[in-house]
Amino acid sequence: MGKELDVEKVREKINGEVKEEVKKVVREVVRKEAAGEAAVQEDALEKEQENKPDIEPESETEQAGDWLKVEFESLSKNEELARVIAAVFASRLDPTLEELDDIKTAVSEAVTNAIRHGYREEAGIVVMEMEIDGRTIHIHVTDGGVGIANISQAMEPMYSSDPEGESAGMGFSLMQSFMDTVYVESEPGKGTRVTMTKTINR
Amino acid sequence: MREQKFTYEAKEQSLIVHLPRELDHHNCKNLRYDTDLILAERCVSKIIFDFTKTEFMDSSGIGVLLSRYKQMQRSGGNIVLYGVRAQAERILSIGGIFRLAARCATKEEALEWERS
Repeated sequence: MGKELDVEKVREKINGEVKEEVKKVVREVVRKEAAGEAAVQEDALEKEQENKPDIEPESETEQAGDWLKVEFESLSKNEELARVIAAVFASRLDPTLEELDDIKTAVSEAVTNAIRHGYREEAGIVVMEMEIDGRTIHIHVTDGGVGIANISQAMEPMYSSDPEGESAGMGFSLMQSFMDTVYVESEPGKGTRVTMTKTINR
Repeated sequence: MREQKFTYEAKEQSLIVHLPRELDHHNCKNLRYDTDLILAERCVSKIIFDFTKTEFMDSSGIGVLLSRYKQMQRSGGNIVLYGVRAQAERILSIGGIFRLAARCATKEEALEWERS
């Protein structure tokens, strides 16, 4: 019995030593094979062993891109909220007051369309998604409402589908006046997505 | 964001509508109903819109002004605007409202204004 136990202990010790040796050899091989990236490999190995986190200072240069997505109920009280969110987000591009008004007005029109025409003032969710790509802001307003059967007709100035007659039919005209591009995708019964862009130059 | 409302003032046959800080679809909702009620009660030949507090408007405001204009036109009345500020001016201009409504600088001028 005693002899068997000893053998076990010896076996463990040898295994342990072998493991260490193997580790050493592996490190050597990695070092030699990646001669060009030797420094990186060594650093990585050393850091792993020393358990040091690799902290780099945050770059102070301009952010490459910004993205925001917000979903809200199709209640008219949320029109102001959408304008404010868009204005704050667009401010990152340092627009003029007029450019900011342009964006707020276009967003107001698109969101109002979603609530008033998309959902016909009934319950629904409006999604507003924005991104900044270089000097251009992209704004998408999407609803899951009734959709538009004839998009070019809907975009004609003075056209309105509002049965009550209080709608001026100017929503798309204003969006097109104030934004650089306006793109509308829609499917009757499924919903509508309006995409607008504006480039703020300095 | 506090509730924005219209307030009204009547002076002889003129009705003055004081517009809120933002004239959008939400805030325009009650305007039609309120003015219909007032017009049913009083003889109004001139509706004066006060834009002095209006910092923002969109096409909903145009829609509302056009409706009041048509209503006044039927009875031979007029629409007058005063105190219009920068952003509203652009929207009103694009909406062609300045071709339909008279424009004054102050409330007093608006009250004095008569179609010549």
